[in-house]
Amino acid sequence: MNYRMIISTISQLLRVEAALMLLPVFVSLYYHENIEYVFIMVIVALFLVSLISGLIKPRNKKIFAKDGFVIVALSWILMSFFGCLPFFISGAIPNIIDAFFETVSGFTTTGATILVDIESLPKSILFWRSFTHWLGGMGVIVFVLAILPHKDMQSMHVLRAEVPGPSVGKIVSKTMVTARILYMLYFLLTFMEALLLCIGKVPLFDSVNIALSTAGTGGFAIKNASIAAYDNLYMEIIITIFMILFGINFNLFYLLLIKQFKRAFKSEELCTYLTIVVACTLVIAFNIYTTVDNITTFGSALRQSSFTVAAIISTTGFVTADFDLWPSLSKTIIVILMFIGGMAGSTGGGLKVARVMILLKSAYNEVKKTLNPRVVRTIKIDGAIIDAETVKAANSYFIIYFLILLISTLLVSLNGLDFATTLTSVITCLNNVGPGLSKVGPVCNYSGLSYLTKLVLIFDMLAGRLEIFPIIILLSPSSWKKNR
Amino acid sequence: MNIVIVGGGKIGLSLAEHLSDEGHSITLIDKNPSIINSCVNKYDILGLNGNGASYEIQQEAKVNNADIFISTTSSDELNLLCCLIARKSGAGRTIARVRNPEYSQQFQFFKEQLGVSMIFNPEFEASKEISKILQFPSAINIESFAKGAVDLIEIKLDEKSPLCDTSLSDLTQKFNVKVIVCAVQRGDDVIIPRGDFVFKAGDKVHLTSYQREMIKLSKQLGIYRHKNKNVMIIGGGKIGYYLAKKLSATGNHNIKVIEIDKERCEFLAQELPGVKIINADGNDTDILAEERVEDIDGLVALSTIDEENIITSLYANSMGVNKTIAKVNHIPASIITRLGVDSAISSRDIAAELIIGYIRALEASGDSEIITLYKLVGGLIEAMEFKIADSFKYAGIPLKDLNVNKNTIIVSIVRNGVVSFPSAEDSIEIGDNVIIVSKQGQFRSINEIFK
Repeated sequence: MNYRMIISTISQLLRVEAALMLLPVFVSLYYHENIEYVFIMVIVALFLVSLISGLIKPRNKKIFAKDGFVIVALSWILMSFFGCLPFFISGAIPNIIDAFFETVSGFTTTGATILVDIESLPKSILFWRSFTHWLGGMGVIVFVLAILPHKDMQSMHVLRAEVPGPSVGKIVSKTMVTARILYMLYFLLTFMEALLLCIGKVPLFDSVNIALSTAGTGGFAIKNASIAAYDNLYMEIIITIFMILFGINFNLFYLLLIKQFKRAFKSEELCTYLTIVVACTLVIAFNIYTTVDNITTFGSALRQSSFTVAAIISTTGFVTADFDLWPSLSKTIIVILMFIGGMAGSTGGGLKVARVMILLKSAYNEVKKTLNPRVVRTIKIDGAIIDAETVKAANSYFIIYFLILLISTLLVSLNGLDFATTLTSVITCLNNVGPGLSKVGPVCNYSGLSYLTKLVLIFDMLAGRLEIFPIIILLSPSSWKKNR
Repeated sequence: MNIVIVGGGKIGLSLAEHLSDEGHSITLIDKNPSIINSCVNKYDILGLNGNGASYEIQQEAKVNNADIFISTTSSDELNLLCCLIARKSGAGRTIARVRNPEYSQQFQFFKEQLGVSMIFNPEFEASKEISKILQFPSAINIESFAKGAVDLIEIKLDEKSPLCDTSLSDLTQKFNVKVIVCAVQRGDDVIIPRGDFVFKAGDKVHLTSYQREMIKLSKQLGIYRHKNKNVMIIGGGKIGYYLAKKLSATGNHNIKVIEIDKERCEFLAQELPGVKIINADGNDTDILAEERVEDIDGLVALSTIDEENIITSLYANSMGVNKTIAKVNHIPASIITRLGVDSAISSRDIAAELIIGYIRALEASGDSEIITLYKLVGGLIEAMEFKIADSFKYAGIPLKDLNVNKNTIIVSIVRNGVVSFPSAEDSIEIGDNVIIVSKQGQFRSINEIFK
């Protein structure tokens, strides 16, 4: 393992985090909140750590897959640690584990909160909280790649470890240009959402925060009742559309940008994703229209179901309705959607539509093979054959994913809560959604859980966002031994 | 520049690695998905799995936006087809690997009618390089630049060399020769020497001059080896064929080719009159003894297996052969020369360097006065050729009165097509081409090299 290169890369990353933390300083200055010092203290600390670690110069700049995974996993943990300091120092979250939970939930774009009264917090703290979503959505390391003209970090190992999906495709041949295009598209879409919300007479600060939170498919709101607090149809429609958009693979937006409409719309994954959204919206709308008492018109059923389906499948986790009160069918569909998640290469979490497609197709092929042992079948997506390696990787990912799900559930069950809470809290964190069912449901929060549970959920959130392997490799002792 | 490469063989990968390091955007197309996967991990490039001659794949690789399209697969016909399609889809320049000697007559037609900008033949280039080394056997290595006008000779100084402890300014007097020392490699460092520079044992000296001056110097240094009159070529493949043809055309050599395949021998005997063809295993020491290897001046080992070439060369060295050259594919040349083989040649490296040189010159000519640009001594120094335009401020001034930047040296002046190696009294005139060597990176204008 190339320790020097790992340290020097992380040092650069911390410097970038220090620079980004200047934004909440400006927010604090603008609203005269007098808590600039909190952020400035953290910036100085970050800068010093980065300066000291920057003294270690790599002798050899070559990194391999293992180093790439370790860089990504360590960066995310350190970044979350420093990111949580403003919450802790300002007293917004007096407990360090809670603050860490909140920040990890922010960077991993989960949106699970331990805060009971959000509205009482200073605006700069709220802004930093939403901003962690935005950064974590597209990935901080991708951001560093985009702004630093650094030849040594161009390795795909780092990019692959951070960008979600079963196989990562670059848009153009240079990693740096790819990263820049991704962030440009990301920024444009976020800006458009904020603008459209502003046009709909949503206050500027709220618009920006909601846009940042939607873009990363996070789900931190700045009202206690999430989006339900506004009760604004126009706003819900805009947010629904953008939640669905941010669940789409960014490479497809690039194809639209370079006018290759045919290739973008022919994407099999996109069709599947949109079909799932429409089908689930309709089923849930009928289901709640016929059974839930206070939903009187089909229109309002559709309004609630479309927003919820978009919020769950994109793994954003905004809330306009308490789906914990909905009938079993709807709740089950919602939990299934949590597993599916957004498209590969989007900012969403979950298993990813592409991976689910590969898994289902390979399961179908296995069944066919049992019926007719000599048959030769291939798995195709968009007309191209998915090679056996990718299929194998998707299958083993699924197995490890479920193992983690089971072990985490077992650990959380020590808390003694009901089964729905225990299971859905793990599902929702591992898939970076946010709200679960029962005690962690849409109108509740995570403050009541024990510290052990919170630590397990922190692990799940990081594992879910980084697609498990980086975190596992970081924690496995064999990757730290020499000559392995 | 946007560059599309078809074929992930050794040449394709070497091109992808070096060109992407130099900042170009590379798209590599190969049929084999595992090659694509591994090189996308290693280099900062975009990989595409598919047939490079398919129009759809080329569209996906955005060949219409490519400045340069290079086809390096093992099939000549496929390479030409790829280039043809790329050219019609709007690629700027196309480069094809064409190896079959039967097509060599058609190169002009390919260029003019099919729009292929450059055709390269790795085996032919390798044979050129080998014949150059055979012509001047005192050198470990010869690099040519300025379109072949200037040869940079590399010699190694051992402890007994009379050049040791001599300063550069005394060199001309002490040995009565006129050579230009372009660079000296000492350890990992490269020095562009000034007058007060003192040579030491172990230095690798890169110098250039007229051929007669260099022969004179090598005689005085005691490293002169007479020209290789009797040459033995082991392996009558493509390189062997080109080399034998080239050497026999000069009329100065007795050439013997040992080839294991009977049919190939018949073909060679037919194509190469005046060359002795022997049907035997050239890596067998008994055969070598029977063919009187001790009377040979130069032995070139060109079989397909690196290790056999190395062993045969070492054996020939021990039998007192003047100069041995081994062809290698996988093992780096620096390792082999350390073993005691005089010179090592890799046709793929030569081909990759040729194309990279072409692309560098294309790039350099974009916005400066550079005509050609070569990286020498493993990329540590650069040789640049400038056209002297009216904007040149120092025309007619003798070189001794000009103050040239540190780490830069004026190597030669080309006037009316004649290459000359300047002395202190000479001056640069408008209309000349000037070749300089520097380790400071590129200059945009010749004026920048003077203080």
